[in-house]
Amino acid sequence: MTLFDFYARNSRELLLLLGQHLYLVALSTGVALAIGLPVGVLLTRRPAWRGPVLGLANVFQTVPSLALFGLLIPLFGIGAWTAITALVVYALLPIVRNTYTGIAGVDPAVREAGRGMGMTDGELLRLVELPLAARVILAGVRVATVVSVGIATIAAAVGAGGLGVYIFRGVATVNDTLILAGAVPAALLALAADGLLGLAERKLVWRP
Amino acid sequence: MSAPPPPVLEVRDLRYGDRVAGVSFKVGVGETLVLLGRSGSGKTTTLKLINRLLEPTGGEVLVAGARAAGLDPTRLRRRIGYVIQEVGLFPHFTVAENVGLVPRLERWAPDRIAARVRELLALVGLDPDVYGHRHPHELSGGQRQRVGVARALAADPPVLLLDEPFGALDPITRVELQREFQALEGRLGKARVFVTHDVREGLLLGTRLGLLDAGRLVFLGTPDEFRRSALPEVRKFMEAA
Repeated sequence: MTLFDFYARNSRELLLLLGQHLYLVALSTGVALAIGLPVGVLLTRRPAWRGPVLGLANVFQTVPSLALFGLLIPLFGIGAWTAITALVVYALLPIVRNTYTGIAGVDPAVREAGRGMGMTDGELLRLVELPLAARVILAGVRVATVVSVGIATIAAAVGAGGLGVYIFRGVATVNDTLILAGAVPAALLALAADGLLGLAERKLVWRP
Repeated sequence: MSAPPPPVLEVRDLRYGDRVAGVSFKVGVGETLVLLGRSGSGKTTTLKLINRLLEPTGGEVLVAGARAAGLDPTRLRRRIGYVIQEVGLFPHFTVAENVGLVPRLERWAPDRIAARVRELLALVGLDPDVYGHRHPHELSGGQRQRVGVARALAADPPVLLLDEPFGALDPITRVELQREFQALEGRLGKARVFVTHDVREGLLLGTRLGLLDAGRLVFLGTPDEFRRSALPEVRKFMEAA
């Protein structure tokens, strides 16, 4: 059975799994952004916290993903919440790190001029630091999203669905077509996310 | 004899650790006090103590009679123009947006900001129609510092602090901007403090000169008094010029 035959017969299931996959990635990246952006900003204001916070995020990053999913089951049970939590943990590091790096990379003279002109910290952040750091921050979001698309295939192992369902099923039944049925759209999804975020970066970010 | 102008800026026994060790001076409307000194003598630190980028460990600063320490730092800084050697223009803003920033933060009406920006760009010798829509990276070093000066003047602050504003420019552009600044001084009507280590620049632009040495003001007087002074620290500077 070819891949196309398989999709022709299972198009509804494919759409369902693709939808689940997108849901897992979008929600987890969104949550990671909502947490990671303020944390990254905070680190630029509290340099002493940078080491511990980035270190902790690094440690989480080194935990093998299958193990992390497994370790979270006792806390969140079988299903989407375990998967989303794990995905958030992985997406946090690139977002926090790039937010910090992007803002720290703003020319100190620009910051000093802004402060010297009487900009409040909030004005400096909103009008100067975030716009100038946007490219680096978006690059972090891009990495987080692409990595999430890949790791989200493992969500199937904890019953959260997604394209990994085909992959795990294919591995269990030694069926290459099934493995490809999950792997190919996951790879295309990663490429599409990368391309779209790259486009957003060119549209939204100031460059000289 | 006319009475001396009332001080717009007064610094009394200003201290910051051992870097600024009790500096006092007054600057009136239309005056340029040049602070001269070698690297590390406390010139830049003194400026930053005035606009509270650094908090003094002693003494006080009065702006138009009000104690700077009693004002909100943001409010204080919006009444003090600040020009630095590195300029620090916002690279993602156009020239007009850079100049209009403080008025925008002060919530001026857009047409009032636009008019003010045009006026200031013309004042510093940049055609608003040509340069207003450019970004800083499209300007030469001299043009950037012109924009820096215009930006500092935007909200018409009574005090202007300049920290080696022409220090990073090539010698020809530097002389050009010094001459223009000299011509501008008469029309500005502000209290200006100008930091430099270039004694010729100081003598050209200062109505008074202060010489800082290891955080102390060892000389304060007019350019003529400076030239005639027998003080060894002053002589060293005059001989270097």
